[in-house]
Amino acid sequence: MSDEQRPLPPLTDPDTRAFWKATRAGRLIYQVCQRCGRLVFHPRLHCPYCGGLELETKESAGAGTVYSYTVIRQHGHPFFGARLPYVVALIDVDEGFRMLSEVVAPPEAVRVGQRVRLDWEDLGQVKIPVFRALD
Amino acid sequence: MPRDRLAAIAGIYEFPRRIAGGLSALQIKALSAARALEDAGLGWQDVDALYDAGETGAGLTLTQYLGLHPRILDTTGVGGASFEFHAGHAARALAAGRARVALLTYGSTARSDARAIGTGGGRAPTAPATGMEVPFGLTLVGSYALVARRHMHQYGTRPEQLAEIAVTTRAHAMRNPEAVQGLHDIGIREVREITIDDVISARLIADPLRLYDCCIISDGGGAVVIVAPELARDLRQPPVWIVGAAEAVGYTENDNDITTTAARDCGPRAFAEAGVRPDEIDVAMIYDSFTITVLTILEDLGFCAKGEGGPFVEGGRLRFDRGRPALNTDGGGLSSNHPGMRGIFLLIEATRQLRGQSCSQVPGARLAIAHGNGGQLGTRHAAGTVVLAAGGT
Repeated sequence: MSDEQRPLPPLTDPDTRAFWKATRAGRLIYQVCQRCGRLVFHPRLHCPYCGGLELETKESAGAGTVYSYTVIRQHGHPFFGARLPYVVALIDVDEGFRMLSEVVAPPEAVRVGQRVRLDWEDLGQVKIPVFRALD
Repeated sequence: MPRDRLAAIAGIYEFPRRIAGGLSALQIKALSAARALEDAGLGWQDVDALYDAGETGAGLTLTQYLGLHPRILDTTGVGGASFEFHAGHAARALAAGRARVALLTYGSTARSDARAIGTGGGRAPTAPATGMEVPFGLTLVGSYALVARRHMHQYGTRPEQLAEIAVTTRAHAMRNPEAVQGLHDIGIREVREITIDDVISARLIADPLRLYDCCIISDGGGAVVIVAPELARDLRQPPVWIVGAAEAVGYTENDNDITTTAARDCGPRAFAEAGVRPDEIDVAMIYDSFTITVLTILEDLGFCAKGEGGPFVEGGRLRFDRGRPALNTDGGGLSSNHPGMRGIFLLIEATRQLRGQSCSQVPGARLAIAHGNGGQLGTRHAAGTVVLAAGGT
């Protein structure tokens, strides 16, 4: 039956395991480079803008805007195949980073520029950050 | 007028079938290499530079399999754009005298293997960035759809305008007997020209992209032989000169505009090196994984202003018989063949055009570009532009 669960991200990846660990406490984290001040997402060892190695971890308040989206209507994986149609979107999170996620809403209710807020889908080992449509 | 002639495409071969019929990808590569060298009038052991995108394993696999002893082995693998990267690298190596005969090969049995490239579950992620995306079920088509949706939002681009690209490439495919046979062989029910209505009423795959906005999936392969300038004059075919080449990479950042591709970076550099302008290009071979890929790249290469790709392509403007530029005159990935990485076919058809050998020949074609796009446009992609000029230019 494992094929019918949402696929898990790699939970032991050295760059991103802290991100997924934080989700268990319902925290959406990103980083700020202490040298150049830019936001870093996904989290990693180094700053991709300046090569800085000191990064501060911060927590997002979980509000954002849909930058773009698509409605997936065909997928070969059993979990996603059973979930069709669903909305995948690039979310511009208010703190200033962009992340891929799902907008849990009827496809016709989603538009570019829509305000969304963070929600969690609890898979036990990890929580998946998804977004719900406001307005 | 183009400036420097870096090197010349001297031999080409496109594997004609879209179902390989039991041949392996390596066999398609070997067969294509033999035919392309024959086309050039060169021998097997004349090859001293080998370029491989790695679709059949690491570069060592191909070198030993072919039985070559190259002094240059370049295994740049950036998806469908690999072959434009290879052509650029080879042109510079040959121009610098580091080798004399470069061989590029491609082989794939994607169709026979029933690989659902655009909508499959995908491979296990190997990079942190892709790992972050695993739980959300974005397909490859969906990645391009993110770009299409944003382009529509930002510029008012309409599905009917994207459809123009699918209609034009199908019209070109119907003039290409190998493409027509291929469409039959991969099971397309009605092999005919299509209309804008056909495209915009087909089923959605990932909004706003519909069935005909997406390339087909086929087997296939081919080979390209590139030679140093001093060899080019004496070979079997008229030389097609590489006069400019550049490459770039684009990916999702915090605030980038995903409607602008890496072509905006490498295109102008390739044109500047060649000393030509986009409006001088007779044939534009642009990687048509999806209609939106072509639309954004036309803009980013400077064929029209950013955001004006929709109006630019209207009215069948990109057909081979309508003036400059003609788009994907072999039928493209949308309607001729797409075995996963079709960048090599862009070089092959551009060469045919500049030799005067295309099924949809642009009369008097002198200048062409091959622009490859690899990866996933909405998340990470590679872009390579090669500017080509006909022999007497």
